[in-house]
Amino acid sequence: MTEAIERDVMEFDVVIVGAGPAGLACAIRCKQQNPELMVCVLEKGSEVGAQVLSGAVIEPSGLDLLFPDWRDDPPAICVPAVKDEFSLLTAKWKLRLFTPPQMNNHGNYIVSLGGLCAWLASRAEDLGVEIYPGFAAAEVLLDESGERVIGIRTGDMGVDAAGLPKDGYTPGIDIHARVTVLAEGCRGSLSKQLISRFKLDEGCEPQTYGIGIKELWQLPEGRVTPGLIQHSVGWPLDSRTYGGSFLYHLDQDRVAVGFVTGLDYSNPYLEPYEVFQQFKNHPKIKPLFEGGEIISSGARAIVEGGLQSLPKLELPGALLIGDSAGMVNVPKIKGTHMAMHAGIMAADRLATSQESTGWDAAWRSSPWADELKQVRNIRPGFRRGLWLGLVNAGIETITFGRLPWTLGHHADHSSLKLAAESDRPEWPKRDLPPRDRLAGVYFAATEHDENQPVHLQVSDTDICITRCREEYGNPCTRFCPANVYEMVEEQGAHRLQINSGNCVHCKTCDIKDPYQIINWVTPEGGSGPNYQGL
Amino acid sequence: MKVLVCVKRVVDYNVRIRVKPDGGGVVTDGVKMAMNPFDEIAVEEALRMREAGHVSEVVAVTIGDKKSQEQLRTALAMGADRAIWVEHEEAIQPLGVARVLKALAEREQPGLVLLGKQAIDDDCGQTAQMLAALWQRPQATYASEVVISGETVRVTREVDAGLEVIDVDLPAVISTDLRLNEPRYVKLPDIMKAKRKPMDSYTLPDLGVELPPLVERLETTPPPARTGGFKVESVEELVATLKEKGLV
Ligand SMILES: Cc1cc2nc3c(=O)[nH]c(=O)nc-3n(C[C@H](O)[C@H](O)[C@H](O)COP(=O)(O)OP(=O)(O)OC[C@H]3O[C@@H](n4cnc5c(N)ncnc54)[C@H](O)[C@@H]3O)c2cc1C
Ligand code: SF4
Repeated sequence: MTEAIERDVMEFDVVIVGAGPAGLACAIRCKQQNPELMVCVLEKGSEVGAQVLSGAVIEPSGLDLLFPDWRDDPPAICVPAVKDEFSLLTAKWKLRLFTPPQMNNHGNYIVSLGGLCAWLASRAEDLGVEIYPGFAAAEVLLDESGERVIGIRTGDMGVDAAGLPKDGYTPGIDIHARVTVLAEGCRGSLSKQLISRFKLDEGCEPQTYGIGIKELWQLPEGRVTPGLIQHSVGWPLDSRTYGGSFLYHLDQDRVAVGFVTGLDYSNPYLEPYEVFQQFKNHPKIKPLFEGGEIISSGARAIVEGGLQSLPKLELPGALLIGDSAGMVNVPKIKGTHMAMHAGIMAADRLATSQESTGWDAAWRSSPWADELKQVRNIRPGFRRGLWLGLVNAGIETITFGRLPWTLGHHADHSSLKLAAESDRPEWPKRDLPPRDRLAGVYFAATEHDENQPVHLQVSDTDICITRCREEYGNPCTRFCPANVYEMVEEQGAHRLQINSGNCVHCKTCDIKDPYQIINWVTPEGGSGPNYQGL
Repeated sequence: MKVLVCVKRVVDYNVRIRVKPDGGGVVTDGVKMAMNPFDEIAVEEALRMREAGHVSEVVAVTIGDKKSQEQLRTALAMGADRAIWVEHEEAIQPLGVARVLKALAEREQPGLVLLGKQAIDDDCGQTAQMLAALWQRPQATYASEVVISGETVRVTREVDAGLEVIDVDLPAVISTDLRLNEPRYVKLPDIMKAKRKPMDSYTLPDLGVELPPLVERLETTPPPARTGGFKVESVEELVATLKEKGLV
């Protein structure tokens, strides 16, 4: 139905896909440097920030550059970092460890990244940036040769589950721009297509990810220590699986708590959501939460491949910035400053010439590439387990990453062991809310009109009921934090049921599915989670 | 004919409402806000009337703080011709809204005032009726179908007993029910155009309206939390438990 449709066309100098810190910093800087430039930002969430989920302790250097006086009118949640704690958990105990230098947060701020993005968006609009929340960039537009990106097409609205127009059907529009900036965050759906089509990752290590699940809690009065930043490694994960918790104390009796599990885990029975819940119910952690209330919760993948997995950052007519490319400093668990600086640097170039050529080289000779280079071997060191990983991290840290080698990664989808070779984890009973994933997804306020095409495209559901069931026991039913995938048994036959309405857009299934048959595409604009303060 | 459509900024229907710890209302800080869904239906109906040639101008009105202008921009992006923003910071009760709307109706002389049947935040469901009384014009509430013919309008009303069809003389006040229509999707270029559409603003003194608070809210409490269920092993146990709780 796409061909015969007449579509409106809008022209801009720069179109930015994604209103996260990368996209918004880029838009703001473009306008600050060249007010004449026509800049537009598309955001699939119903509002800016509604689908941004992060820790987040941020380094403010990007903000300082954009708005030197930002502290006079800070975003909604913004608590100066006061103290760092790093611990090792066992099933019963919590042992304080020496805080690694990367985790020293002096001078940083704990924010809600969603809140910061809403704050940045209103400033961007004051500068004349056109921001369109509720509009997903669904397709990339290429010129006739197929060699150059000329813009993007927004998703159609009002299409039914069978792909037919409903009453009120509104075709997406074409946005043409001299340069398209991909700032979709981790595992962007358009970025993924372009990286593969233009072979941007040729010669790179495979990308690797983690899944972060997070809740914002309102606690009884007097329990939090505003500015306290707590991290842990160890339990509930075994020593072969990478990951850890974060617990950030905010103001007004609120805490942000979350758990990141490396998606290169090998046990197909592992359920990252349960790991997070078990962490919260640890005897040394649980008392903090008792009697509290969840305000909002959600999940999002985070890029962990580092410099060696970073694809080429440019292609004709388009460039990649932030997590769309993979600019996260994993030992610091920080990508926001990277994302903002990449946006700023890209904008400094776009302000004078709307060309993508040269962006890759420019970024790679910047201090931000050096920052990633220094820490490049720390995350892959953990493939040999927590203990060797920590030792390796220590060596890499004291040598400032100057050792002459670069460690590689394996693709997350190929790291699962067979179900027959794996044990089902056994967890103690727990009683803090939420009871299960469905109860948890309620706090994500996620919404998808039921009568729309399923945005989780599974290219071959036969594999699910035959090979995957036998080989891996359908890990999608466990790694999805929102219980979207279910195997249902009807009259002795199995069938994959996709509850796409629950999806929180974390992208884990697209990454971890062992046969790479799940493709996450953008649903109708405005659908998806509506996070509050994540 | 001109139509005045009234829209209110409310907490989005997807948001899980939380009561403030001190019981003084619900949390709206950092919470997603949106146009009251019934008002969206009202805007849509006005636009359809204009498209059918019955109406020449659609004017969207809101009373609220500066941020409520966002909802007016949404109405403009949907297709309203212009907007009126009545600046007022505090919460406002139905009689107050009706007084403001009456003052505007006298200024604007619309042939029709369209409102949602209720706002999903306070669920009062009184404004349309009060406006009709103050303005001394006919009212047709809970409309699920509206057909204009000349100087009258035939309205199908959703009432407890089923559907009621009435004819009212214009100018009139109509409040919209859920089944009246399905609001359109806003088109991206129209959002840009909406930024350039005219928006007049008034203060209450400009309109000569005073709003003494008539209803005092004593307390807001969340609904009681559901206590967790448990599984029974047998029918006997089920019956015994029900008896014990005095339910059978
Ligand atoms: C659990 C977790 C904890 C973290 N903790 C920290 C921390 O403490 N400190 C820190 O600095 N960093 C942290 N990070 C990393 C940080 O969040 C990211 O590096 C940062 O958000 C990247 O910014 P971005 O703008 O590239 O992408 P994002 O923040 O992901 O923003 C992308 C935006 O694009 C939108 N979008 C995506 N695709 C489309 C499309 N096709 N059309 C329209 N819109 C689209 C999304 O909805 C989103 O709003 C954490 C990440 C996670 C997951
Ligand atoms: S369906 Fe995929 S993207 Fe959606 S919540 Fe589940 S794992 Fe995440």
